Amino acid sequence: MKTMIRKYSIITSFAALLLTTGCGDEFVQTDAPYGINSDSYFESEDDYYNALVGAYDVLQSTYVNVILGEIASDNSHCGGESATDVIGWQQVDRMEHNSVNDNLKDIWDWNFAGVQRAAFIIQNEDKTEFEGKAQILGEAYFLRAYFNFELLKWFGPIPIKPEGQFQLGDETTYPRASKAEVYAYIESDLMYAKENLAPVAPEVGRVTKGAAQALLGKVYLYEEKFTEAAAELDDVITSGNYHLYGTVDAEYYENLFEYSAENSGESVFEIQYTGSEGAGFGCLQCSEGNVMVGFSGVRGYSGPFFEGGYGFNLPTQEAYDAFDNDDLRKDVTVLDIEAWASANSAVEYTIGNQDPVTGHTGYYNRKYLPRDNENLGDANLTQPNNYRSIRYADVLLMAAEAYNRGGINDDIARGYLNQVRRRAFDDMDHDVIDASGSALTNLIWEERRLELMGEGHRFFDLVRTGMAAGAIDGFTTGKNEVFPIPFEEIQFSQGNWEQNPNY
Amino acid sequence: MKSKLFLLIFGFMSICSFAQEYDISGVVVEASTGMPMPGVNVVLSDNSDGTSTDFDGKFMLQGISKGSEIVFSYIGFKNQTVIIQNGDALTIRLEEDAKALEEVVVIGYGNQKKKEITGAVSTVGEETIAKLNPVNVSQSLQGTTSGVNVTATGGTPGAETNIRIRGVSTNGDNKPLVILDGFQYEGGLNSINPQDVESITVLKDAQAAIYGTIGANGVVLVTTKKGRKNMAPKVAYEGYTGFQETTRKLSLLNATEYALLLNESYANGGQDVPFANVAGLGVGTDWQDEVFETTNITSHNLSIRGGGERVSYSLSGSTMYQEGIIAPDKANFNRSTASITLDTDVTDKFKVSTKLFYNSTVSRGINSFSLGSVLFNAANIAPTISPSQYNLDGTISLGNEVVNPLAQIENTHNKYITNRLSGTFQATLAYAKNLELQGRIGFNTSNTKNRDFSPIFNYGANKIYTNTQNSVTLGKINDNDYTFDIFNTYENRFAEDHHVTFLVGMTVYETKGEGLYGSRTGVQANSWNFADLSSANGVGEEQTNSSYAYLLRRLSYFSRLQYDYKGKYLFSAMIRRDASTRFSPKYSVAYFPSVTAGWLISEEGFFNQDGFVSTLKLRGSYGVLGNDRITDYGYLSLLNGEATYVLGADQTLVNGAALGALANPDLQWEQAKKFDIGADVTFWNDRLSITTDYYINNRTDLLIPNIPVSGITGVGAPGAGSPTKNAGSVRNSGFEFAINYDQSFSDDFSVSAGFNIATLKNEVTEVNNGTGFVEGGDFGIGQLAPARMEVGKPIGYFLGYQTDGIFQNQAEVDAHPSQLALGAEAQPGDIRFVDSNGDGVINADDRVDIGNPIPEFSMGFNLSVNYKNFDFSTYTFANLGNDIVRNFERDQPNVNKLSYMLDRWTGEGTSNTVPRVTTAATSNKVFSDFYLEDGSFARIQTVSLGYTIPNTITKKIGIEKFRLYGKVDNVYTFTKYSGYDPTASTGAPIGGGIDLGFYPLPRTYMLGVNVEF
Repeated sequence: MKTMIRKYSIITSFAALLLTTGCGDEFVQTDAPYGINSDSYFESEDDYYNALVGAYDVLQSTYVNVILGEIASDNSHCGGESATDVIGWQQVDRMEHNSVNDNLKDIWDWNFAGVQRAAFIIQNEDKTEFEGKAQILGEAYFLRAYFNFELLKWFGPIPIKPEGQFQLGDETTYPRASKAEVYAYIESDLMYAKENLAPVAPEVGRVTKGAAQALLGKVYLYEEKFTEAAAELDDVITSGNYHLYGTVDAEYYENLFEYSAENSGESVFEIQYTGSEGAGFGCLQCSEGNVMVGFSGVRGYSGPFFEGGYGFNLPTQEAYDAFDNDDLRKDVTVLDIEAWASANSAVEYTIGNQDPVTGHTGYYNRKYLPRDNENLGDANLTQPNNYRSIRYADVLLMAAEAYNRGGINDDIARGYLNQVRRRAFDDMDHDVIDASGSALTNLIWEERRLELMGEGHRFFDLVRTGMAAGAIDGFTTGKNEVFPIPFEEIQFSQGNWEQNPNY
Repeated sequence: MKSKLFLLIFGFMSICSFAQEYDISGVVVEASTGMPMPGVNVVLSDNSDGTSTDFDGKFMLQGISKGSEIVFSYIGFKNQTVIIQNGDALTIRLEEDAKALEEVVVIGYGNQKKKEITGAVSTVGEETIAKLNPVNVSQSLQGTTSGVNVTATGGTPGAETNIRIRGVSTNGDNKPLVILDGFQYEGGLNSINPQDVESITVLKDAQAAIYGTIGANGVVLVTTKKGRKNMAPKVAYEGYTGFQETTRKLSLLNATEYALLLNESYANGGQDVPFANVAGLGVGTDWQDEVFETTNITSHNLSIRGGGERVSYSLSGSTMYQEGIIAPDKANFNRSTASITLDTDVTDKFKVSTKLFYNSTVSRGINSFSLGSVLFNAANIAPTISPSQYNLDGTISLGNEVVNPLAQIENTHNKYITNRLSGTFQATLAYAKNLELQGRIGFNTSNTKNRDFSPIFNYGANKIYTNTQNSVTLGKINDNDYTFDIFNTYENRFAEDHHVTFLVGMTVYETKGEGLYGSRTGVQANSWNFADLSSANGVGEEQTNSSYAYLLRRLSYFSRLQYDYKGKYLFSAMIRRDASTRFSPKYSVAYFPSVTAGWLISEEGFFNQDGFVSTLKLRGSYGVLGNDRITDYGYLSLLNGEATYVLGADQTLVNGAALGALANPDLQWEQAKKFDIGADVTFWNDRLSITTDYYINNRTDLLIPNIPVSGITGVGAPGAGSPTKNAGSVRNSGFEFAINYDQSFSDDFSVSAGFNIATLKNEVTEVNNGTGFVEGGDFGIGQLAPARMEVGKPIGYFLGYQTDGIFQNQAEVDAHPSQLALGAEAQPGDIRFVDSNGDGVINADDRVDIGNPIPEFSMGFNLSVNYKNFDFSTYTFANLGNDIVRNFERDQPNVNKLSYMLDRWTGEGTSNTVPRVTTAATSNKVFSDFYLEDGSFARIQTVSLGYTIPNTITKKIGIEKFRLYGKVDNVYTFTKYSGYDPTASTGAPIGGGIDLGFYPLPRTYMLGVNVEF
């Protein structure tokens, strides 16, 4: 009897336990409060648009591709506070970089992040139908190609996954595709983009058909597919949507890199920045500002027109001297700080790194110096200068090169070249008249350097034209054409990826 | 037959009624003091009648037969039995009995006699807490419990401490679980009034397994004071006031030394010297003197405790105000607490207990722990600058970060208020013989309000703190949780010798909350007085708002069986089934078993308890515990990344949606496998006791948050991040030894002393992310991460270059591999780095293990002496064998330097330890053992001396006890470390032990009183 009572009691208390709670494991199966789960996304046009904004966002982190592209080239010294300030950049300037380099790792991580965000949309492209979807998808394909092309330029063959986003673990299974495969992939994305994009963007700052064609032309040029390049670039030129800034009324070439000329008729593709949100060193890729600009600013600067910065990316004397004195581009491209200080008595500045190889030159990258403005937070990180990624002048010069090197038509090539030179000198006296063949090629290449100095193209132009070893101190042929795959990535791949040669 | 039975009964009754009876009254007093003792049990030995003494120690029992035995008992005292011979009033003098005092230890879902504990448990009692009288409860664990390391996160008033039980086991959250009177307390130990605490128990091994999921880092059980039954109301006041000062200042250069050194470095760099004339610079500004102040601390605490027949109660209230030793007006902490405890025996079988705690903290703070902190600025700003120069334009360039620390203080305006209500309601029902059902619900609810104002201010051109717009930010956070426990205990003894306790129960835990933030520019009059969103009138993108919400639940079922045979052979087994929202449904449930066993040898027949050894116990435990303390919903792919771009002709910000941290759907429970063997021995009638343990803790399936993974997965995107992954194992092992000695030589003289030492060996046994390591920490700016978690090394070890003196001449430079890859070619006077891999070039591959932040030994020593009315006590603790990275020197040519630079290399043979100074590029600034220092220290934490006025005097004015004391905290630290405070630590598993200008803990001088009525 006693034991029965006891048993009964125990049973009752167990029952009480379960009754009071009345719940099982469902209790711990909850949704994240107010969280949006990716599985239930892409249900509306808004979802696609929002994801697209996410992909555009990553473009802002490509500031580092630009500034480091300049530093790597013969155009400029690294600069900074001292010869070890941002050590990864200093090493690239000396061509002594190796696979352990946080700054190169940034380029890898951020550009793949862009690929992933574009792929997120592409992977879900069939989920919902709506009007205007073609445009959005076109933009996503363009952005994926843009980031992949950057990766190809920097690292050579890269892993690709056209069907969608990389998953954790893919680094051990997806090999580095061959260069040809990556090119084919980029071409196909850009073809899709070109066919689906509108000639005029739905909003300022978004991609157009012209941008897709210009980028495709550039890709072809890198592949030395000159006929295809010429065709795409010609389409851009004849579209009538673009012109050289300063060649129409109320435009002055001197203002090309001022705020007033942002998203002008010269911009085929422009990356947008603003100073209206603060930023921190903890997440440079999160800044809405152009981090390159603050990093390029004159150290300790006070005075008119400009704001100060960290003093990186300093044009060399040789680069400055490459300009003819009549060339309007000379003073638009380079700021001679001593001349500026003597012309403006209020100017004060300090000098950081004075190393002869990487240090002070007296020149600054005027195209992307911080202008006096009301940007917020850490002013060095939130400069609002837009980056003119593909300028019409670039398109003309690429087209000229394609026509010339493809042996298609040197007249047309000279014509395009001279359009650029006429604006630079504001006359026709400096036209190239009778050069042709490889002489013309060399003139076009020299013109590219002058026209695009400070914009991050030089290193890759030198590499693709085989001139890098002759121009860049410390450049080792067969090695420095591409940068090393980050050390960690080689490790993560667990033997799946091999390091680039000689690193 | 019937009649015979009646007769028999009648006969018995007659015997009873004819026996002689007395009414017995009397008083019970404490033998040593003669003080009356309330609440003493007065029971007839046959349990037929009983009472307890009243407030004056008096009792009365009616109708007691001659020859009856009355037993007087009181916990902690020897029982006394009196055989009634007549009706005379009794005066009973009860004697204390240390041996009889069977200390009861809280072990989670129950109590256990200390003697029968089979796990590794440390306790800190009321007396220790009273003597230490700490500002933060956690400080009472420091040096008093072996294997428990308590480090302050800073000397900022109200700063939290990091408690590490048996080392760092995970690179996630290493905080132990805090249980306050049975419920999970999330308020942080600094919000508890130390004077409310009766005891603290630390469960260090598998004993904590009953807490399963959340006990992996160990459990700290805090028990608060209660009233006792039949206790006269006792009113107590404790108060102290004192002042605080810094314990140390860095040895920095004065203005003349600074100017000369700078001139030398410019000259060495081939530049014009900045100070053409150093005459007249003098010593300049001592910036540390400018920022450090002597400031106040005050505390008051009032409590009333008592109880009647069935009810006992406790009420207390306290307030504590502490100023910072830097900027006392801008950095201070005010804590007010109130608590109510009520225990009621509704019936003999049904008891309820309620506790409520309210606390309110108000704190203000300055930037105190990072690059850019006030102290960092004080250490780096030039001594040639005058304190009143708030705008540094026109002075020597100190880089963009270093500003005038006084200006920084003046422009700091903030206030953080937290109001918290916590409590528990519990009911116990002894519903059947041997069976008891307990239910309780504990809760915490807290509201936090933050207000931050940053005014328009110009620190100088390009200074990153220069604000051209002001802004105010408000934050409101609400956090709630509840713990619901219900458990059933069955206890019985079979055949005399077999004692069984069986527990089964469940726990439901839920925490949820949300935060809301808003920020506006355009604060009226650029003033803190108007710093509110309502009146700020800024427009544009910088008017921002944000919010978050979270929800976490755990559901657990558990069971524990405890068995002992004759109190000699002790055994317990536990199993717990846990489920958590932090894992996908597939992996949410896990089972955690554990066992403990003990052998109380001293209970064996062959053991002579009156010999040299009084008690001897061997014990061991093994168990698996779980850990789920990771980010919520790490298994889900959520669109919470940053997706902001600039679009449109007006260049406005557009927000979209993007994936946040990379999801890992395969997340599973982290497991802590804990093994412990130990012994408890007492000698000489328990006067000397030794507890020793050896343990091995293996953490497996370590949940590594933000683990580096391949960038192709998009983890580098804005607002994205690496996933949390079960990807490692860490092993901690160590030996713990504690010895305590207590002796009363006479009524007037007693001594107690304790010493404990713990060793700790930490080794990472697996990092499964492809690279084999996880990096962390920061050194300088833009340098490679200095700390790592890597297989075969202690977690968070420092990876840097090994140095080999200074190059004395060019020949030495030429004979050494090139150091160019570190930043610059070496010159005479530069640090020589070791080519550790012998490949003929010095580069990142030459970095080696140069030390780690984990102390090999930690110790505590304490001593108390009571002589007549004086009491003296001192507490000391020490860490040996840990390294600290000196990282508060800004790498900029013009900032001030530490005075060791006076011993720099200036030519061949001048120095082989400190490199030359130069503005030119050198590799001397890379992370090497030059920046690593031995962080070993011994700190005299507390010295106190008290005097209790004889109560024969105080009683005349109605005061039971009046004690006056003087106390000094953080008295002196023995260390070779050159920074502010060797106890510096962020507590980060990887990157801890890197000193960014740690705010030193203050030295405090206090005068206080304890008064009891």
